[in-house]
Amino acid sequence: MSATVETLEAIERPPVTMGSRLEGELLEVSMGPQHPSTHGVFRMNVALEGEIVRKLKPVFGYLHRNHEKIGENTSYLGSMPYTDRLDYFCSMTNNWAYALSVEKLAGIEVPERAQYLRIILAELTRLQNHASLLGFLLNDMGAWGTPLMYAFREREKILDLFESLSGSRMMCDYMRFGGCRVDADDAWLARARQIVDRFPKFLDEFEELILGNEIVIGRTQNVGKLSADLAISAGITGPMLRACGVNYDVRKVDGYGFYPRFKFRIPLGEHGDTYDRLMMRALEMRESVEILKQALAQIQPGPIVNPKVKIRAFRPPVGEAYGRIEAPKGELGFYLISDGGPNPYRYRVRPPSFINLTVLEDLCLGHTVADVMVILGSVDIVMGEVDR
Amino acid sequence: MSEGQMDEALRRELQRQGVWVTSMQELYNWGRKNSIWPLQFGLACCAIEMIATAASRYDIARFGGEIFRPSPRQADLMIVAGTVTKKMAPQIVRLYNQMADPKYVISMGACAISGGPFKQGYNVLKGIDRYIPVDVYIPGCPPRPEALLHAFMELQRKIDEQKLTGADKAAHLDPQQPSEFPVPAFGRHDLEPPANADVFQPPKLERV
Repeated sequence: MSATVETLEAIERPPVTMGSRLEGELLEVSMGPQHPSTHGVFRMNVALEGEIVRKLKPVFGYLHRNHEKIGENTSYLGSMPYTDRLDYFCSMTNNWAYALSVEKLAGIEVPERAQYLRIILAELTRLQNHASLLGFLLNDMGAWGTPLMYAFREREKILDLFESLSGSRMMCDYMRFGGCRVDADDAWLARARQIVDRFPKFLDEFEELILGNEIVIGRTQNVGKLSADLAISAGITGPMLRACGVNYDVRKVDGYGFYPRFKFRIPLGEHGDTYDRLMMRALEMRESVEILKQALAQIQPGPIVNPKVKIRAFRPPVGEAYGRIEAPKGELGFYLISDGGPNPYRYRVRPPSFINLTVLEDLCLGHTVADVMVILGSVDIVMGEVDR
Repeated sequence: MSEGQMDEALRRELQRQGVWVTSMQELYNWGRKNSIWPLQFGLACCAIEMIATAASRYDIARFGGEIFRPSPRQADLMIVAGTVTKKMAPQIVRLYNQMADPKYVISMGACAISGGPFKQGYNVLKGIDRYIPVDVYIPGCPPRPEALLHAFMELQRKIDEQKLTGADKAAHLDPQQPSEFPVPAFGRHDLEPPANADVFQPPKLERV
């Protein structure tokens, strides 16, 4: 017994005829702010011709929490917990970006052990962010539940590490100017080593489960293509830029922290489509595991905070500074202007997901409305960071 | 037959024999409390903890609440998970109005209760209970998944105690009780009205 399997293209379909009255007319659909796949309170006004997207207008501001204004009225250290709530998946990298810009502003040195701890925590953050992103993306594609359950299983292990170190699962508030808040003991490092050593097993399982899947390939390849020129001129950063084949990673370009001490590669895509963006996350997780293994092997005992930094009444000198790091979603930067007072005069966040979202219309035009969800998922947005 | 009319010892004895004597109210509430369908609706950080509660480790399915419905027409419970901004508040009230009775609201996290850390922000609503009635409040920023499960169990206890008949019957069975609330509009400086006086009655503090 043999059955012939027809591909979707092979099936003959009657030609699509539109009524003369409706032909060429656009149907406007408002997607969001309450929508199962908009990753938060994001709204898109989509103009459809049949099922094809002809116009797309994003509507922001449903989660505008006045982050920057509050930052100008809060002391430098008081803004640290607020940065946790920017991109609420990656509080550790947000802390690091903010601490880095204040350290630049005030010229603060960071001890060696604190640098290692920061790298370990930032890479663990990258692992859990990318794992949950892949889970959510497959959820949007219709693999309802299963990949997300696998991803959250791993995420919970990493959140346990964060919790035992900082006291909170998500809002860690861990970094301080000139170091870190709590020291990691040997038991914590041993547990981190164990989790990092087992992580590739999850990656093997996950990649086998999804990345060769015919439906995933069909839904993502050649969908939402982004050209390298447009990506550079629009200021796209992070895995989305590297999926277009542009070799730009702030970890290599700036070499902040102790990243130049580590051996790791930057995965690059070729086509800039959704599949490349998806693969970028999977490959970056492998490189993060490599960084983590090196960092956990090299870390030495020592002080974790610069004792010269004043905690109370911290007043950096007059000036301005822009500190940036490679957050899991792209280049995250904080621009601070100090007038010598206890609060920053201007506090500006350069959120990666907001700027990556600016090309959404270019990615979605000409695709079906079902692809919009997949493309949006592959951009990897978090509304706390987009609207701030 | 209502509860309390039957001898408790006889009832237990019958149960041992395999005869389950119950009241309509008990059966009805038992069914309702174990199949609460929440609205799949996240606002901010707390939504991620809500997803974690539904995911592998915490598994809200143990309590019968794993069916997150994207449509308010099919949902029983709205978990307001995150900061409610003034731009979002009208949509939340509208979603609440679209839900079918009986409906319940869990206010998850400091932001949904009072504005939380963002309370001083010009665009942040100081608590969703200004516009819709809230059944269970969970403090925390964000509350742990265990806290959400606890709130869920509290809600189940509340549903279990609701009366079907009598003067003190559940509010959703009373035709006089409103099931929809006015949607606030954008005014010149703030939402109009700033709070719904029928719902929001904060205690008055009196200095002695």
